[in-house]
Amino acid sequence: MNRITTCILAASAFVFIAPALAQSPAPKVDPAVVEAFVAATWKSTTGDWRARVDQDETQKACTASNNEPTGPLFDQIRDRETAAVIFPADGKVLGDWKKGAQVAQRGTGGQFTDQANTYRGGNCYACHQMSKAEVSYGTLGPSLNGYGKLHRFDAAEARKTYAKIYNSMSVMPCSQMPRFGHSKFLSEEQIKDVVAYLYDPESPVNK
Amino acid sequence: MRIRTSAIAALTAACAVLGVGLLAGGHAQGQQPEQDLSEKEIERYRAMISDPISNPGFLNVDRGEQLWSLKRGAKNVSLETCDLGVGPGKLEGAYAKLPRYFADAGKVLDLEQRLLFCMTTLQELDTKDVIARRFSGPGRVSDMEDLVGFIANKSSGMKIEPQVSHPKEQEMLAVGEAMFYRRSAVMDFSCATCHAAEGKRIRLQGLPDFSKPGKAAQETMGSWPTYRVSQSQMRTMQHRLWDCYRQMRMPAPDYASDGLTALTVFMMKQAQGGEITVPSIKR
Repeated sequence: MNRITTCILAASAFVFIAPALAQSPAPKVDPAVVEAFVAATWKSTTGDWRARVDQDETQKACTASNNEPTGPLFDQIRDRETAAVIFPADGKVLGDWKKGAQVAQRGTGGQFTDQANTYRGGNCYACHQMSKAEVSYGTLGPSLNGYGKLHRFDAAEARKTYAKIYNSMSVMPCSQMPRFGHSKFLSEEQIKDVVAYLYDPESPVNK
Repeated sequence: MRIRTSAIAALTAACAVLGVGLLAGGHAQGQQPEQDLSEKEIERYRAMISDPISNPGFLNVDRGEQLWSLKRGAKNVSLETCDLGVGPGKLEGAYAKLPRYFADAGKVLDLEQRLLFCMTTLQELDTKDVIARRFSGPGRVSDMEDLVGFIANKSSGMKIEPQVSHPKEQEMLAVGEAMFYRRSAVMDFSCATCHAAEGKRIRLQGLPDFSKPGKAAQETMGSWPTYRVSQSQMRTMQHRLWDCYRQMRMPAPDYASDGLTALTVFMMKQAQGGEITVPSIKR
């Protein structure tokens, strides 16, 4: 591997996990007041939906630090989220890339207008370029075109990618990317399929 | 009928334009990224549908005018003496200065909250039905969308003047900003996830940056309420925020709740000085 490739690899790894560039000034209001407003805004919310309003420890820490946790807080979030990653029992992180393409394309599910059984998509294309053939892609995240090739289709790298998709904050605390596995938004099988979509040499991502 | 026909024509044209955009994007490989071409085609589509003569949102404005002078409620009076902040019954420029603090209510209200307040206090109208029809749909008109269209139109051509001098307004601004950055729910999203950087897109849709004052915030806030072609309805900022939280996988926020008003105060502050041109027409 030449020096340029190494450089590109390092840069792409950084970009993929870069946290939000915080621009929010210091809070000027008591957080308890904000939470009272939040509670009033979702007063009618009941049942399972209630949990979506309340923040978990990591969401609280990321909000309070403007997504730029430093020092012990950074380590604390990373360690907590790393401990929460569940790998497939058989250790296999590569699923079916064709099914992964569907997960990457589809953005349905989990909205208050959806049915409980509505298909949940990963909606990767909302933020990332992947296959060159798909021109309708967002730019909130870096391009993932050629991702597997860039990582030499390496098995250890694929395992790291599984962890990133399962819980982005295990790699970069306060990353903007959802913790798809941690929140159970995507199933283990769906995440494996997306990893295959990124790593299979036959996948359009690597064409 | 003409309006209906032109709306269909606009949709057909939009599909054709988007189709061309996708094709053009697929062929553009070199120095000019496909992003620029797609952006150009979308801009062309926007220009095509931004024709005030064929904007069905003006039907809402007309209906809103009738509702404003309609006598109803236990008191059988109209809304014509309702004070929207610039004096009883005065409509010109009222929307440009909302949300704002109202001493009689003891709190900061946006236009929709203020209208509900006037309906309850002036007309003694049971607002249950009005709230049930807060968002229009097939076979369901919304008094609120009509009234907001009519009243906001009376500020068209004026500049956004956020009201942030009263301590309660300052509190709302701070709360709104905090809510804008507050991460939650299954996706860990906040408003800032999509709206705190310049020139970003979700799929092909451009995302206005609300993290700093300026053009993006001005153009966005200056163009609501709007007629949404994809929904065939007039929509207000209350609906836009409800729709944002839907996409964020949050539960539905309560209509006319104070948190949404706080967010609106924050966004209007970022949009200070922007020109209001409403109702606009959007995708």
